[in-house]
Amino acid sequence: MIKSRYPAFPYIIFMAIFIVVPLIMVAYFAFTTSSGEFTMQNIIRVGDYVPVIIKSLFLAFIATLICLALGYPFAYIMARKTSNIRRTMFMLIMLPMWMNFLLRTYSWMTILENNGLLNRFLGIFGIGPFEMINTQGAVVLGMVYDYLPFMIVPLYTIMMKMDHSLIQAAQDLGANPLQVFLHVTLPQSLPGISTGITMVFIPSVSTFIISKMLGGGSELMIGDLIEMQFSSNSYNPNLGSAISFILMIIILICMSVMNQFDSDKVEKEGRMVV
Amino acid sequence: MDKNTIISLKDIVVEFDGESVLRHINLDIHNHEFVTLLGPSGCGKTTTLRIIGGFVAPKSGDVFFDGKKINDLPPYKREVNTVFQKYALFPNLNVYENIAFGLRLKKVPDEEIRERVFEMLDLVNMRGFERKDVNLLSGGQQQRVAIARALINKPQVLLLDEPLGALDLKLRKEMQIELKKIQRETKITFIYVTHDQEEALTMSDTVVVMRAGQIQQIGTPIDIYNEPINAFVADFIGESNIIDGVMKKDYLVNFAGRDFDCVDFGFEENENVDVVIRPEDIKISAPEKGQITGKVESIIFKGVHYEIVVIDGNGFNWKIHSTLYEEPGREVGLSVIPDDIHIMHKMTEEEK
Repeated sequence: MIKSRYPAFPYIIFMAIFIVVPLIMVAYFAFTTSSGEFTMQNIIRVGDYVPVIIKSLFLAFIATLICLALGYPFAYIMARKTSNIRRTMFMLIMLPMWMNFLLRTYSWMTILENNGLLNRFLGIFGIGPFEMINTQGAVVLGMVYDYLPFMIVPLYTIMMKMDHSLIQAAQDLGANPLQVFLHVTLPQSLPGISTGITMVFIPSVSTFIISKMLGGGSELMIGDLIEMQFSSNSYNPNLGSAISFILMIIILICMSVMNQFDSDKVEKEGRMVV
Repeated sequence: MDKNTIISLKDIVVEFDGESVLRHINLDIHNHEFVTLLGPSGCGKTTTLRIIGGFVAPKSGDVFFDGKKINDLPPYKREVNTVFQKYALFPNLNVYENIAFGLRLKKVPDEEIRERVFEMLDLVNMRGFERKDVNLLSGGQQQRVAIARALINKPQVLLLDEPLGALDLKLRKEMQIELKKIQRETKITFIYVTHDQEEALTMSDTVVVMRAGQIQQIGTPIDIYNEPINAFVADFIGESNIIDGVMKKDYLVNFAGRDFDCVDFGFEENENVDVVIRPEDIKISAPEKGQITGKVESIIFKGVHYEIVVIDGNGFNWKIHSTLYEEPGREVGLSVIPDDIHIMHKMTEEEK
């Protein structure tokens, strides 16, 4: 083990320049006017966008929940396959990630459009056309599609590490398959669940590409709101920073709630939940 | 099958990836018995245990529990409990909850759980540890929790898979005595897997010696030690001198260049046999008084006795245990009484 602290210096400097300084700048802009005077006005104006923030949190929450519901069984099954099948499944999960993020989202546009692939296919059977693009459902679909691997990978990793003898011990003591899952598999996979939720929820809540392309601008999210403050006519970096700042605090709260589940201490002091 | 039989294995065959692990195992285990499955690693003893526990399905053959066929019964429905090699305690539960696990699944009332957990804590000498984190316990303590967790379900049969393997020698000896005590107190049938012959002899009522997926011999520790059925068992259970011999006729065997009286009979005339003599059964004397003469090659102090190697005229190395010191290089005589000469059929090539 390297005892010296010197090798850490480049990283500390890197983090200071590219993480700490920008954070301070965001906070600075959030609490000042364009001429640099202190003000609470920006933070107060964020209040106008509470419905957008709530909608963003809601859509991200739904997308995270769907990712968990899809990803957990997938990771569970994958971890129990032979190494060859595992590798193939893992490859298939990662394959879409090799393609550009924008491209992937564009492809969903062409599928969901009013005269897109899906509607034309359904049209063959005389069904539809359905209004699929520019809906909240489309936005959630995009989030799930783009971020599902971020849920599966940490779950899969933790399930591969899982101690199989504990499962046998539980069976031996009379636990049926459901009880084994509730008392052994689930508690052991909590850290993976918590990581997966974090990895999906954060990019989902702050996305602006997905909502713009699949929500068609009618389903504005926090990400779009922030982006508008920096790139469009209504240029207002102070308000943009204030929204970012609030978003950061919201995510921080969400994560600290999540971390309650992460800790090993769950159940240890109390009785097993039957 | 007599009515005292609790578990019965009938012609069990197990294969993993086309390789046969168990070859036609037949075994009856009686109530209240301490049975040890003994053998070198890879002999199939753990697989036999897992067949009984329900974690391995036999390719052919039947498993009976209390007279009922249980081949297709999943582990959680079997009335046996297991103490695993690496304990497999639930890391997210404390000592109390680990032990209570089986009862909680059965929805036993809290009051009764409490009573029985403390009863178990007393049995394994762990009273006062109930609130402890299992990850912070020593190996010996974890083992006790694992035993308590398995016993609280009051199984008819307890399976133990090399439970003392990870403990140091002193702790192992203490736990051997304690396990034997627990078995006597609870009157539960113990099926114990080990590769340690001393452990097997110390604790068991019955020892089952296994090798390459087959049972070699079943008997009491004394039977197995004094009357091993073949050279493998003799060699595996304690140290032995195994020398080639020829059975001249009943009660007369030739080895080491001369004839010896013995107590064995029923062999073919001039049949090639293995002659097995325990190191402690050979007496050292002056050369002219011995049946065999040889030269002391080496002597090692072992505490209770010396381990002496004597080379005879034919170049055979005799292992001898003696409490008396012999000078290396000295000519000595060796003698052995007929009772201590054990004659065994040669193992066929297939058996090897």
